Amino acid sequence: MPAHPNTSPSESSDGARVVLDAGDIQRALTRISHEILERNKGADDLVLLGIPSRGVPLAQRIAERIAAVEGYDVPVGSLDVTMYRDDLRLKPARALLPTEIPPGGVDGKVVVLVDDVLFSGRTIRSALDALNDIGRPQAVRLAVLVDRGHRELPIRADFVGKNLPTSLVERVKVTLAGIDDVDAVTIQGFTTDGGAA
Amino acid sequence: MKRHLLSAADLSRDDAELILRTAAELRDLADRPIKKLPALRGRTVVNLFFEDSTRTRISFEAAAKRLSADVINFAAKGSSLSKGESLKDTALTLEAMGADAVVVRHSASGAPHRLAHSGWVRSNVVNAGDGTHEHPTQALLDAFTMTRHLGSLDGRRIVLVGDVLHSRVARSNALLLRTLGAEVTLVAPPTLLPVGVDTWPVETSYDLDAVIPKADAVMMLRVQRERMSGGFFPTAREYSRRYGLDGRRMATLQDHTIVMHPGPMVRGMEITADVADSDRSVIVEQVTNGVAVRMAVLYLLLGGSEPAVGGEE
Repeated sequence: MPAHPNTSPSESSDGARVVLDAGDIQRALTRISHEILERNKGADDLVLLGIPSRGVPLAQRIAERIAAVEGYDVPVGSLDVTMYRDDLRLKPARALLPTEIPPGGVDGKVVVLVDDVLFSGRTIRSALDALNDIGRPQAVRLAVLVDRGHRELPIRADFVGKNLPTSLVERVKVTLAGIDDVDAVTIQGFTTDGGAA
Repeated sequence: MKRHLLSAADLSRDDAELILRTAAELRDLADRPIKKLPALRGRTVVNLFFEDSTRTRISFEAAAKRLSADVINFAAKGSSLSKGESLKDTALTLEAMGADAVVVRHSASGAPHRLAHSGWVRSNVVNAGDGTHEHPTQALLDAFTMTRHLGSLDGRRIVLVGDVLHSRVARSNALLLRTLGAEVTLVAPPTLLPVGVDTWPVETSYDLDAVIPKADAVMMLRVQRERMSGGFFPTAREYSRRYGLDGRRMATLQDHTIVMHPGPMVRGMEITADVADSDRSVIVEQVTNGVAVRMAVLYLLLGGSEPAVGGEE
């Protein structure tokens, strides 16, 4: 349990429950960074690609931790999957988000995709297709802050911040300082505007 | 419902900025080994060109292909159009072939509007230049090129010089640049300004030397002799001296000012070779940006369940 009772779970303003606070997120990312290094036996050939929008700051934070441990700046980029989505034609055309591939490219590298929430797995499938058009990595791994279950495709994460059992009507929301006000993962139950994240 | 791109006036500021932002993301595609995105897989885009064009048609074709659409090129020459087929029958043929979008260029102003609103086709219609009326994707690529060099266009001074009367580029640019917050000045001899230009959201001037020192971008327009039947100016030489951009005039520009031309250029007429090939000239870049901007337009009109930008109905 977090050491700060005033920011601990069960806080609610609009029926939302905080499941990870800022400290929890920091610790989860530190652990993920070490796991990535351990699995890769160092930082060589690593490339971190965040999936916009919230995967990108997560990837940057992981890179900072790896730099602190290994003294090596891992290339960080972003990979937009909008045009590869399987539900592209079910909604009005969506605005594109930035894709920035680091100068060294991805060929022969170990690419770690970073996203905030792993849910159906469809975003990751899109990301794998997008990556395929950019190059041929030696391996692709997946790091997520939250795995909430309910997979619809045979996809799993290699590095998970927190496994969060949820029901389909619940909504998992990740906010990150830089994009949002504070670092937090909240879960919203049966609210009037409730839908799946 | 927004289904077509017929006029630059159809675009709200939000629409225009969405297209420019989307184009900015798509421009990097040209640097990747695989210049292809799957967004329009299985969709058919017909390029219907009743009038000659090289860069616009190739640009639309490249844009559609990079988005994985199937492209059918349909030029007036060598088709049944030269046998006397009407626009309506051509449109019905396209509809029967299942075109999802029709990119149309026509020598008659309003032809794309007719095509879009006649009920002949269900496709999205994109105006690729109609007579002396509009050329909205050219205006978008010009605005995109300007924003890459100048940042926000709010309060920027853009000068369009030359044959405004016959220029669909000038009209579309004036409308779009105004929407984006720029101040537009048209410079031309009195004979080459259209009737009713006082209702456009622009300033006009007859004196190029007085206007260009304050400009942030100068766009030279081609003198469209093929659309001229009478004498609009005494001689080509006199036109060049008064309204052409040469090295001497270029020296009076601000340091950051860019020189543009929608092409095709007539070197020695509205622009001299040393200006066209100078560091200020972004004319080649305009062509590169054209593909990205047209990809953005096609994606936003066709990519989703319904268009994300565009005009009425």
